[in-house]
Amino acid sequence: MRSLQRTWPFHIMLLPAIIFLIVFSYIPMGGIVMAFQNYKPWLGITGSEWVGLDNFRFLFQREDSLQVVWNTLIIAVLKMFFNLLVPFVFAILLNEIRKVGLQRSIQTLVYLPHFLSWVILGGILVDLLATDGFMNRILGSFGIQPIFFLGDNNWFRFTVIVSDIWKEFGYNTIVFLAALAGINPSLYEAAEMDGASRWRQTLHITVPSLIPMVVVVGTLALGNVLNAGFDQIFNLYNPLVYQKGDIIDTFVYRTALINGEMGFATAIGLFKSVISMILILISYRLAYKWAGYRIF
Amino acid sequence: MYHKTTAYRIFNVFNICLLVLLSIMCIVPLIHVLAVSFSAKSAADANLVGLWPVQFSLEAYKKTMNNPIFLHSIWISVLRTVLGTGLTLLITFLAAYPLSKESSVFRSRNVYSWLFVFSMIFNGGLVPFYMVIQKIHLMDSFWVLVLPGAVNTFLVILMLNFFRGIPKEMEEAALIDGAGHFRTLFSIFLPISMPSIATIALFSMVFHWNSWFDGLLYLSNAKDYPLATFLQTVIIQKDMSSMSMSPKEMELLSQTTVNAAQIFIGAAPILIVYPFLQKYFVKGMTLGSVKE
Repeated sequence: MRSLQRTWPFHIMLLPAIIFLIVFSYIPMGGIVMAFQNYKPWLGITGSEWVGLDNFRFLFQREDSLQVVWNTLIIAVLKMFFNLLVPFVFAILLNEIRKVGLQRSIQTLVYLPHFLSWVILGGILVDLLATDGFMNRILGSFGIQPIFFLGDNNWFRFTVIVSDIWKEFGYNTIVFLAALAGINPSLYEAAEMDGASRWRQTLHITVPSLIPMVVVVGTLALGNVLNAGFDQIFNLYNPLVYQKGDIIDTFVYRTALINGEMGFATAIGLFKSVISMILILISYRLAYKWAGYRIF
Repeated sequence: MYHKTTAYRIFNVFNICLLVLLSIMCIVPLIHVLAVSFSAKSAADANLVGLWPVQFSLEAYKKTMNNPIFLHSIWISVLRTVLGTGLTLLITFLAAYPLSKESSVFRSRNVYSWLFVFSMIFNGGLVPFYMVIQKIHLMDSFWVLVLPGAVNTFLVILMLNFFRGIPKEMEEAALIDGAGHFRTLFSIFLPISMPSIATIALFSMVFHWNSWFDGLLYLSNAKDYPLATFLQTVIIQKDMSSMSMSPKEMELLSQTTVNAAQIFIGAAPILIVYPFLQKYFVKGMTLGSVKE
């Protein structure tokens, strides 16, 4: 009782946040029961028919939903890989530039796209990547036939992945630059005394020092493996590229709100949430084990 | 000394060229849009515009600024950004203080922490969320843009990590002098937390300015759309009905240049706050993300 007397202000301070969490996070979790129903809006949750695991069975039987899971995995894994590799190399190269002013200016420019939304960037890219757009005119001057980047199933994933790297590589560089700043300079001095060239120093000091950071960032990205980027895909895709470009999140949106298959869409959403949660828990455990990373 | 070797010098020149080229690539698309927005209809339609306006014209901006729906959507966006950021700041600030305490001082801390963390790693998904919004009558209301995103666990973690760095003696001194926890939080912690509050405010402002999906999903009337949703429907979905232009006006004006002007106006606030933003977010990111 005495502890409550001392800590009541804490409970009051947390009250607003907890109310919001309950309303917008925990109550929606209750709606998950729809995944086990043949949900009809006019019957509601209490009146709709229970169908057990049928919705999940459909998920693994319907060709379109399997394709969507596969698309999600491919796009997300490739994004994860390149969003680790490109910033890693970029940070090392940027670190070699000794002129502080130049280094700063480059940083400022490459961070910028991260802060613009995919609506803005989508609007720009749709215009830029059209068959008669700026990009194809540049390619055309090298004698390359126009490419329909956003409307061709063979090119869509490529466009999505490259444009995502383009948007995020600068921002993802930040953690590596922070890690580079933390390397003990005496290591380089010692290596230089021993006559190591800059390339050897990079290979034997810089890269090994960054590996723990790569492990942490890479492990934490694991939890995102089913997030292939709703904002980006939704703003770039069109019916022509559903086959290769449709991902779980965009598919849920269309099946639920356009086709009205609420129960089925909830089931896919739940499938995604559960897998993501398991991956997040595993990745946080691994990150803690390997690098002592904790979130709270 | 490696700095003086020929091989390193050659590498250095190549390296600088490569990185400068990369950084230019990050802004070229924006410059192109800007150039298109200032070009004449005929030039833009014929795809003649590169990185410099062809036949300079302000027509697209005049047209855009005369569109009442566009102007109203800017107002909605500003309103949601101000209110949303204010609410997020208040809630985050209040919640982070108790959560930054040791479990020995605040025994329920672990229970609360789990409520936060679990909401971060698991969610009901789009459909149940949509139905809750329906049930609590937030559909077609302005508040649907502000309330659902008010608590962001990531920002709470950022803030509480900052609080942990504040020397305990400051808090103890205030408590001994008879201040309660609320007084301590607002009179002692608030002034010294400004860098952290600025970081959170900027993250939150960018989030609100850029959000478009909630507007599309929960608002049925295009007149209530925030700017980002307006742009999404007009530019991406090419839904001209929300443009409110007569066919004659459409004819006079290339959609390309108007779109470019709208895209640029949509990006402008970010471009303006960006220099201030940049100073903080590097610190903010490394502050909350990785603890050694």
